[in-house]
Amino acid sequence: MRINLRNMLDNQVGTIASIKVSGELGRRIRDMGLVPGIEIKIQGRAPLYDPVAVRVRGATLTLRNNEADYIEVEVE
Amino acid sequence: MAPTVALAGNPNAGKTTLFNELTGSRQHVGNYPGVTVEKKEGTYVRDGFRLHIVDLPGTYSLTAYSLEEVVARDFLVNQKPEVVINIVDASNLDRNLYLAVQFLEMGIPICIALNMIDVAKKRGIKVNAEKLSSLLGVPVIPTVARTGKGKKELMDNAFQIIHEHQQLNPLKISYGADIDPVLVEMEKEIAQNHFLTDIYRARWIALKYMENDEQILTLGRKTDADLSGRLEDQVNKVSRHLQNTLETYPEAVIADQRYGYINSIMKQGVVHHKYDRNRLYSSDRIDKVLTNRFLGPLIMLAVIAGLYHFTFTYSKLPVGWLESFFGWLASTLSTVMPEGLLQSLIVSGIIDGVGGVLGFVPLIMFMFFGIAILEDSGYLARVAFMLDRIFRLFGLHGSSVMAFIVSGGIAGGCAVPGVMATRTLKSPRERLATLLTVPFMNCGAKLPVFALLIATFFAKYEAVIMFLITLGAWGGALLVAKLLRITVIKGAATPFVMELPPYRMPTFKGLAIHTWERTWQYIKKAGTVILGLSIVLWAMMTFPGLPDSTVAEFAKLRQDEMSRVPAGIVAQLEASHEDTALSDPARNLKERLQRIDAAEAEAGLRYSIAGRMGSALEAVSKWAGFDWRTNIALVGGFAAKEVVVSTLGTAYSLGAVDPEETDSLSATLARDPAWSPLMAVGLIVFTMFYSPCFVSVICISRESGSWKWGVFAMAFNTVLAFALAVFIFQIGSILGLLVK
Ligand SMILES: Nc1nc2c(ncn2[C@@H]2O[C@H](COP(=O)(O)OP(=O)(O)O)[C@@H](O)[C@H]2O)c(=O)[nH]1
Repeated sequence: MRINLRNMLDNQVGTIASIKVSGELGRRIRDMGLVPGIEIKIQGRAPLYDPVAVRVRGATLTLRNNEADYIEVEVE
Repeated sequence: MAPTVALAGNPNAGKTTLFNELTGSRQHVGNYPGVTVEKKEGTYVRDGFRLHIVDLPGTYSLTAYSLEEVVARDFLVNQKPEVVINIVDASNLDRNLYLAVQFLEMGIPICIALNMIDVAKKRGIKVNAEKLSSLLGVPVIPTVARTGKGKKELMDNAFQIIHEHQQLNPLKISYGADIDPVLVEMEKEIAQNHFLTDIYRARWIALKYMENDEQILTLGRKTDADLSGRLEDQVNKVSRHLQNTLETYPEAVIADQRYGYINSIMKQGVVHHKYDRNRLYSSDRIDKVLTNRFLGPLIMLAVIAGLYHFTFTYSKLPVGWLESFFGWLASTLSTVMPEGLLQSLIVSGIIDGVGGVLGFVPLIMFMFFGIAILEDSGYLARVAFMLDRIFRLFGLHGSSVMAFIVSGGIAGGCAVPGVMATRTLKSPRERLATLLTVPFMNCGAKLPVFALLIATFFAKYEAVIMFLITLGAWGGALLVAKLLRITVIKGAATPFVMELPPYRMPTFKGLAIHTWERTWQYIKKAGTVILGLSIVLWAMMTFPGLPDSTVAEFAKLRQDEMSRVPAGIVAQLEASHEDTALSDPARNLKERLQRIDAAEAEAGLRYSIAGRMGSALEAVSKWAGFDWRTNIALVGGFAAKEVVVSTLGTAYSLGAVDPEETDSLSATLARDPAWSPLMAVGLIVFTMFYSPCFVSVICISRESGSWKWGVFAMAFNTVLAFALAVFIFQIGSILGLLVK
């Protein structure tokens, strides 16, 4: 099943299916190591549920929800 | 000249630590030309050989995404360092190699420092450095920057590259069937036309066109618009094709392929993970508490309060020493130097002005030390993470909070370190909006003004009013930030995507270096400009002096007083010191003489340029109910907000008033028909929002990289503050609120 990164639950695991954004944001996301095919895990959310912390390649990255919207994830 | 070695790497890979380890105390900090990005340079010496070491800004990539990346890339291209030491975090190898691959694509001779192997080992990650080295074709040396382990071998390799003038063939990665053939065609065309090839390699230029690189595109269009257009057409064709067939972009495909290349290397036995990669480490367990939905904000409040307490409590003692020192210097010079203009210039102009600036130094050091702890330990990134949602509403960034707190978000800070604290913010627009609005916070110097007005007009409601003032400052700052972000600093939010680095114990050496270099920059730059401005302000409040006839009148008044009492009393007074006990008539005479002195000071102030400005401003300021005395005080407040109270004292003929003891001034204001509680409210609001003091203005100019923003802060804030004060005074007057 494919869902939006924003809609993933805490501790849920998935594989990035696509990142549909170009320009500055897209570049930034890719520079940090988020590319299709990579496994991610939701590590937690800030007290106001935004931004979200994602575990990827053994590191923790944070994204705002409206940035996570561009990332689609394949989950079980 | 000594060969140049550049240090490059991702943020948090240990670059600064290695730089300090290599250069020791032989380093200095400046800026890259024209931008506010810090440039650290130093010298490494071994066996009589010297190397010039340059610390490039930490970046994840070499796209021209951020200022840091542009600076790093320009340096590599223009200065052509003999070798680049690329520091990679062994516990995060694949992400860190993304930058290394881009160096290889550029054909830059690199030497990889495989740092943090101790951390990697603890995490059950084993890296085969020799294998990685042979696959990448560059030296890879395991290091622990914190202990200096591997440093010697690393530098051996760097020396070897330098001495053998090793050149590297640029790495060619396949970017897939859609991109590769076009890239080859573009490369040919670029090479044939010698398009920018004096600076870059042809294939790299083609690649940057494919990646839609802003900087290279602009340069290309300027150099040869025709050819640039043809290249862009080719890229657009590929781009359209990719979007139609795969819903992706050339730049995304290129990034994917780079990661693919890294993956293929990693798979050949370079790393071995003992555990699942995404398992939680102790750092993540700490995060479960520190960023917990309920505990997180509470702990954060405690940490911020702690930082605040630490900075402003413990710096009191050294600040006090400096104050006493300058006080002693001023009084000593006053006694040894003959009275007159020169004495006044040195004591009131230079010592008071420069002393005021240097007085901040301990405060700034403590604040930077506290912030360095939060930054180096990794906690600051968590603060940004937790608060981002709120600050984003106002066009700011989660990291803005530190600057606001330090500036007086809890009443009593200082905008100068606050402005400098914005350095931890990496998003340019958010940073600018932050540094323009932090001066609205209630710094310690505004407090005596509030205290005076509250004690005079609202003594019963002190706590409530102070709370409202704090709330008002935050509200005002955030709303103005929002206003700026939709007008003069318009632009989409900078992507927040960032790393939460693992918690680490800061090292004392790292903290000390961090603190000292920032403090020293403050002393050096602020010190010179402020000396000049202190003299200007002094001159404005001194010149022109009273005409001789007026001075003679005051002298005559004094003579009259003295002739009215027996000569013995005058002699007693003249022979007395500050703390000799005086007889009643002598004390009486002393007081009357002081009153004449004060009246002369008032007349002198009114007659000076500042006084004339104050009087001239009455035409406008009367709309807010301010008279010339208030105006001068506010003009003086531009030097430092504490001066408002002491200048009001002079203007009311009380002599200079000690801001801590304002009882008589308070009584005078309460009696003066020109003052009312309503005007006091207007004045409080005006003091909160008007122009930052000049030390802050200088810091704003420096940190924003342009005098324009310093001037903007002065003008905009003053207009805003005045509009608010007029609004309050006029509406209040019409409704008959808060009158005497
Ligand atoms: N355990 C360990 N910590 C390191 C090592 N190198 C740096 N550090 C720590 O990692 C943190 C970030 O290092 P820093 O030099 O500031 O990183 P930069 O952002 O690349 O300049 C600091 O707390 C350092 O003390 C290392 O090899 N091992």
